Amino acid sequence: MRGYIPLSILLASALVLAGCKREERELRPSPPASEVVNETQVSGLNPGANPLPTPPTPAMYEESAYAVSEGKRLFNQYNCSGCHANGGGGIGPPLMDNYWVYGSQPQNIFTTIVEGRPNGMPSFRNRIPQYQVWEIAAYVRSMSGLLPKDVAPSRSDQLYVRPPEQSMPKQTPVGVTGEPQK
Amino acid sequence: MNMALSEQIVIPQGNAELRLARTWAQPRGFWGWFMNVHHTAIGVRFMVTSFIFFLLGGVLAAMMRLQLSRPENGVLGPDLYNQVFTVHGSTMIFLFAVPMMFQGFGVYLVPLICGTRNIAFPRLNAFSYYLYVVGGLLLWVGLLLKTGADAGWFSYVPLSGPEFTPGKRSDFWAQMITFTEVSALGVAICIATTILRQRAPGMTLNRMPIILWEKLVISMAVIFAMPAVMVVSSMLLMDRTINTQFFNPSVGGDVLLYQHLFWFFGHPEVYIIFLPGTAIVSTLVPVFTRRHIFGYIPIVTSVVATAFLGFGVWVHHMFATGLPQMSESFFTAASLMIVVPTAVQFYCWLATIWHGRLQLKLPMLWVFGFFFVFLIGGLSGVMLASVPVDWQVHDTFFVVAHFHYVLIGGALFPMFGGLYFWIPKITGRMMNDFLGKLHFWLFFIGFNVTFFTMHFLGLRGMPRRVYTYTPEMHWGGLNMLASGGALIMVAGVIVFLVNFFQSRATGRLAGPNPWAAGSLEWAVPSPPPHYNFLELPTVNGREAVWDALPNQPIVTGVRDDIPEVLVTNSLDSEPQHKDELPGPSIWPFLTSIAVSIAFIWSIFSSWGIAYGAIPVVITLIGWLWPRGHSPAPRLETRMEGTWTR
Amino acid sequence: MNPIPPISGLGSAVALFLAQFTGEHNSLHPAGPQASDIEWLYWVIFWIIFVAFILMITGFARAAARNRTQAAEMLPIMSDPEGDRRATWAVSSAVAITVLTLFAVLFMSVITGKKVEGRTSTNPITIQITGHQWWWEVQYPSPQADQTITTANEIHIPVGRPVVILTSSADVIHSFWAPSVNGKRDLLPGYSSAFWIQIDKPGTYPGRCAEFCGLQHAHMGFSIIAEDDNTFKQWEQQQLKPAADPADPEAAHGKQVFATHACIMCHTIRGTDAGSRMGPDLTHLGSRQMIAAETLPNTRGALAGWIIDPQRIKPGNHMAPNLLEPDDLQALITYLQTLQ
Repeated sequence: MRGYIPLSILLASALVLAGCKREERELRPSPPASEVVNETQVSGLNPGANPLPTPPTPAMYEESAYAVSEGKRLFNQYNCSGCHANGGGGIGPPLMDNYWVYGSQPQNIFTTIVEGRPNGMPSFRNRIPQYQVWEIAAYVRSMSGLLPKDVAPSRSDQLYVRPPEQSMPKQTPVGVTGEPQK
Repeated sequence: MNMALSEQIVIPQGNAELRLARTWAQPRGFWGWFMNVHHTAIGVRFMVTSFIFFLLGGVLAAMMRLQLSRPENGVLGPDLYNQVFTVHGSTMIFLFAVPMMFQGFGVYLVPLICGTRNIAFPRLNAFSYYLYVVGGLLLWVGLLLKTGADAGWFSYVPLSGPEFTPGKRSDFWAQMITFTEVSALGVAICIATTILRQRAPGMTLNRMPIILWEKLVISMAVIFAMPAVMVVSSMLLMDRTINTQFFNPSVGGDVLLYQHLFWFFGHPEVYIIFLPGTAIVSTLVPVFTRRHIFGYIPIVTSVVATAFLGFGVWVHHMFATGLPQMSESFFTAASLMIVVPTAVQFYCWLATIWHGRLQLKLPMLWVFGFFFVFLIGGLSGVMLASVPVDWQVHDTFFVVAHFHYVLIGGALFPMFGGLYFWIPKITGRMMNDFLGKLHFWLFFIGFNVTFFTMHFLGLRGMPRRVYTYTPEMHWGGLNMLASGGALIMVAGVIVFLVNFFQSRATGRLAGPNPWAAGSLEWAVPSPPPHYNFLELPTVNGREAVWDALPNQPIVTGVRDDIPEVLVTNSLDSEPQHKDELPGPSIWPFLTSIAVSIAFIWSIFSSWGIAYGAIPVVITLIGWLWPRGHSPAPRLETRMEGTWTR
Repeated sequence: MNPIPPISGLGSAVALFLAQFTGEHNSLHPAGPQASDIEWLYWVIFWIIFVAFILMITGFARAAARNRTQAAEMLPIMSDPEGDRRATWAVSSAVAITVLTLFAVLFMSVITGKKVEGRTSTNPITIQITGHQWWWEVQYPSPQADQTITTANEIHIPVGRPVVILTSSADVIHSFWAPSVNGKRDLLPGYSSAFWIQIDKPGTYPGRCAEFCGLQHAHMGFSIIAEDDNTFKQWEQQQLKPAADPADPEAAHGKQVFATHACIMCHTIRGTDAGSRMGPDLTHLGSRQMIAAETLPNTRGALAGWIIDPQRIKPGNHMAPNLLEPDDLQALITYLQTLQ
């Protein structure tokens, strides 16, 4: 059937470009990723540089819709919404705006979750495996439109309290934008 | 006496034949392939494409049987298994069963049996084919890119919804539905119009072959059922992409709404697949018992009644949701009632065989396979119609067994019978009898080993759609048996493919009517020329060829220098006027590409519909651009010879 | 290794074959009134359709044998008004019998449905079942909060007493099905429904999720344990207690491990700081027979495997892997096993 060949090449290439990393589902994370971050912090002071030797962000978490949706589930499950509400802020700062106190890069968010921050952000060191922290970080970034729209989660089966992450306009982070400070 | 018409027609008649051949010629070459609008070409494409999807779906089925053959097997993980069974179900229903049984056989056969030269709206027909191909490719390319739908062929919310299926998997599935159902709708309109307005003079409603009745009824069922599933898949897509809340219970949406809409389509769909099977049986039984079918009117009434009642039984897919008892009883009654028309058809076939002279040729062997297999499926359906028994066996392998008996029995066995019957017409060459019988017995035995076993598994408590099971459940032995049967079925299908390709290359020439059958497609050469009928026939009875008079009149006065067809009225098929059908065109293909771009784009951005509409409009303008001349609407047709009604 | 004698090999093959048809997870081995009513109806319809099947197949076989011709050429068409006339009678009476039989089936089906659904009892036990991806939350509600029992995947009921099951779902659609006890009932988000069960014979009756619910639909089992009144009362009393403080030092260390690692993020152990409701309640984990929604036996080894790498056993489930130090792991398991 000659007709199928050009048609399928056309479609296939379009879809490949759209990216199949989006559908990657890593159900069984590799052992290093599932380790909890465990180094003891010697001091509460962070003199300039990032306190943890941050591993390079595994980009797979930011590219996989499944990982981001897992991040969304964990965000509620671990009660992040207790302080940050659904991203609008409460006890903690809002996460869906463009202002970043401690940086908008995944590594910054990773550090914030693992280390905690002054004025109330607890440290989840020892409690959450690395891969889940990365998933939550990816989700937090999706709240202000920093992830591609086809990866960011759609609405949940809950009360409608905010526009879904995939509908958030991409915002330009201000504040500490996350380049590691020298 | 019997063969008068066909003899009359195959005599070459010089100039008229040449003119007709030139008028109805279809373009060749690469682009010509996309411009072809003749119903035989499009019908064969539907058949071949859907058969390819059948083979692909079969590969997935074999993968599932491999995975389930042993407890805690590790061939497919849960993620892949879920995609495999979802794509298997969706392929077999949306990309194989309906396109093969309704579109394929319908588009190929209906104009021939009506005695006309092409299908009504031939460009819409071609357009429907391309949309169907794109829909199928969407699902399968998705599977190969890990974007295979994974929420089941029914894709219940909330599992398929925005929260529980991240990514684009369900969106691909939902748009595949839209593609294939638009395609089915387009073909339904073409077929219904052809049957109602293009029948040969004399083929009154009361003389329409049963297969035409069934195609007409199914076209109507498609027109009423398919919109429901297109609506529901679009609602799902909107929930997932533009944040509507149709199925979100927290804000007043309803998950059962999805099930109602889906099964309002889903159960008629079963009959859309099964009735073409019974129509093939009703066509084959008289041919191979050498008598007219017994009970023409009861059978036609049954077909109409089945399609009608089919819209009133959808809730029996939802008995376990905890509905009020009153509605459960109502739908039990309706589901039992629909047994009656099918039983009537069975009794009529039985009576025809009983009083006929059976010639058990290859196609008829498959009809007997259908009787055996479908009977089991239909009778276990009586169990499922009963609410309390359904509570036990719903969503278990018992149901898997039941609907494979119904669908393979009701569609696949008649389909193979129909293929062995009509392939000589399509290719002009006979199939090998021995290989055909080998195919039948391998398939029949393998099928029963695989699926009868599943009844026991279901009663022993094995739920559907599980990717594995623990050894403690003691399901291993029966599953291994079922997987072994699947291997035999695969062997049977391979034999069919060998037989087909061998027949194409070296098969015995069939001649116009190898089975001495009675309907009009046997009055033309095999394979039929593009103008179908050299002389447009008239009809004198339900079996046009058998009942033809020695001096059966023909229609003259239809022009042979433009693609013109005779238009008759719906009830009595009295000639009314003539119409020029559109000829070959690239625009249906271009329009289908434009529509595909809009639909696929809409998966990723809701702006896809808006911007994607621009090329759709442009291609539609091209499609609908007025032709240079308009055909004379005056009726100048007349019959030659005596004309009886 | 001893070679297996052929006769015992055959015997075990037969035993293995028969095992395919027995077992407690079986619609045709009812353990209570609901399942046996349905079983009765099943067999009635079975015999009706069996007879219908035999009649039809005999009819087709006789019809095929009657006037079959082996001619290679297709025969001419015959007309047979006498045959048509006789067939009209036969077909009409067959249709009439079919309609009457279907009415009988409808009648019995409605009656049985009423019997299964329409029970009354003045003093039933009420159990709330909530489906989660991919485990079952089981609650015995009580007006007093501290008298409410919460457990997971194992439902204890007293023998011979009617039980009302209330259903709901926390995420997607699940379906509650213990084939020896009653038919299935869907757990729909946004809907709640109730149905009766009763078990008349002590024992453990397994059940499964029957509606496709995602990655681990296959491993979503539960069991209903029917026991006599006294044992049930004892179990009830035990379940109401908070977890006891561990006595031996290893278990105490295990408690520490639980509180300082990921466990505490999802699970509840009443009487400790752990109070998250995302995973199953572990307050009396040691008293359960199986773990991971009836996937593994509740043994030291299985617990260790489950805690370290749950994603290997149930890929995609919501429990994270825990790469604990060996000592910590041993202590944790010891602690979990003390939670009787």
